Amino acid sequence: MLKLAGVSKTFSIGSINEKRALDRVDLSLKPGEFVTVIGGNGAGKSTLFNCISGMYEIEEGQIILDGMDITNQPEYKRSRYIGRVFQDPLKGTAFDMTIEQNLAIALGKGQPADFRPGVTKKNIKYLQERLALLDLGLEDRMKDKVGLLSGGQRQALTLLMATLVKPKLLLLDEHTAALDPAIAKKVMELTRQLVEKENLSTLMITHNMKASLEFGTRTIMMHDGKIIMDIKGEERNTMTVDKLIAQFEKRSGTALENDRMLLS
Amino acid sequence: MSFQAIIGTFELGIIYGIMALGVFLSFRTLNMPDLTVDGSFVTGAAVSVVLSMSGHPILGLILAFIAGGGAGCITAFLHTKLKIQALLAGILAMLALYSINLKIMSGRANIALLNQPTVFSEFEKIIGGDYSKLILASLIVLFLIIIFYLFLNTRLGFLLRATGDNDQMVRAMGVNTDMTIFVGLGIANAFVALCGALLAQYQSYVDVGMGVGMVVIALASVIIGEVVFGISSLMRRLFAVVLGSCLYRFFIAIALELGLPADDLKLVSALIVALAISAPVLKEHYNRLKRKYSPTKPPASK
Repeated sequence: MLKLAGVSKTFSIGSINEKRALDRVDLSLKPGEFVTVIGGNGAGKSTLFNCISGMYEIEEGQIILDGMDITNQPEYKRSRYIGRVFQDPLKGTAFDMTIEQNLAIALGKGQPADFRPGVTKKNIKYLQERLALLDLGLEDRMKDKVGLLSGGQRQALTLLMATLVKPKLLLLDEHTAALDPAIAKKVMELTRQLVEKENLSTLMITHNMKASLEFGTRTIMMHDGKIIMDIKGEERNTMTVDKLIAQFEKRSGTALENDRMLLS
Repeated sequence: MSFQAIIGTFELGIIYGIMALGVFLSFRTLNMPDLTVDGSFVTGAAVSVVLSMSGHPILGLILAFIAGGGAGCITAFLHTKLKIQALLAGILAMLALYSINLKIMSGRANIALLNQPTVFSEFEKIIGGDYSKLILASLIVLFLIIIFYLFLNTRLGFLLRATGDNDQMVRAMGVNTDMTIFVGLGIANAFVALCGALLAQYQSYVDVGMGVGMVVIALASVIIGEVVFGISSLMRRLFAVVLGSCLYRFFIAIALELGLPADDLKLVSALIVALAISAPVLKEHYNRLKRKYSPTKPPASK
């Protein structure tokens, strides 16, 4: 479904702050694969996502999505095939517009921006049904502005918006990191349901080692702009957080400095 | 203030309300400080007067609308394709438009319409009476508000509003935000130019310098309207903006009545906008001072 070949990205080329954030990364995803991505700060996880989504242009390599070369496509064009949920709950929705209007925009993904009505009665009915599946009671608040929702409600809404028109690839960038634990759990559970039901090819960054093994079908670990570990199947089923940390320290040659990764 | 003067103030307020609608689109909906206004306003006025001189006042309004849209697109081009900051892009367009406006006016700094037909004089011939100007201006504004409202509720309108809220989200939804900015600034300045065009026919006069400070006046109208008439729904907000423009004209008319020299008008306009925008901060300062100097009451203990 997704294929990255030798993808490199360097920031501030030619200055003393030059930083190679991605170093010839190869990665291949099968359709329906749910990959969790872990790694310390500055490992290149978010850069990887931003290169796939087109927010950054890459210097080297090729990105193929479902047989399509998207390496040089602008961000907005790729977005028609890629669903995204950001860490910041403010980034995924338009705060001054209603839930209904936000969902209507998401439902029209890939269709021309023209003079047809933004929402129709028929759409509202369908959107309400979809929203009801989140089990947050939002289906009764269709006319409320999104700015009135809590972070968790917004992330759930963004998740729904990202998958309303089935994407070829779903990118989740620590989408529960800014939420309190109870809501985070709920959003993760919704994520699992949506991904499994729609059989979505998914990449999910997480800081939570336990979650990285608990969710999905495959786990990759990044360090210094490279993928240093890629486990799936039997190896992953028998993996524990302790073994994962030991593996990380062995392969990266550094101790895991990040408390946030160890805790929780 | 005489009755005649009140009617006149209303007429002006309603005509300037069209500009306020345009600025509402760029400043509020698109969340972009667009200074093209000072130039595109005169562009509209110039086109309108030049065409009225050759006997086509209605065509003048239509072409002014289109020319204003073009002016907005120049700013959008500078901002989105050449990555110039929105504020500077608007200033550059405004500066360039000054020369273009002079060209439209064949190098003359001002042109007066002497007994040539305007949309107002033609309309007066049809319905007659003292209120024909007011009725025509009101009809035009009403029509524009309805069109504007319908537009903002189309798919494109939704995307435009979302761009002002969160452009990242719009791109994540597969839409080119450069396009929405082009459309938004284009329409905003088309409205501004139409306002200039109507005003020029209303006063049968165009001056190349008449656009100075227009963006400030429009902004004042938007803010006054929102504060006084409310923002609870989109339709209400659009009416509020136009009524805000009328209120602003009344402030100015009263100030002149009270003996304010006309030369000081721009200073007063700038003050009104500065005060209106900083009102929340000033209120906060006031509350803090009040707390500081009021006798302290210790919390009641049980």
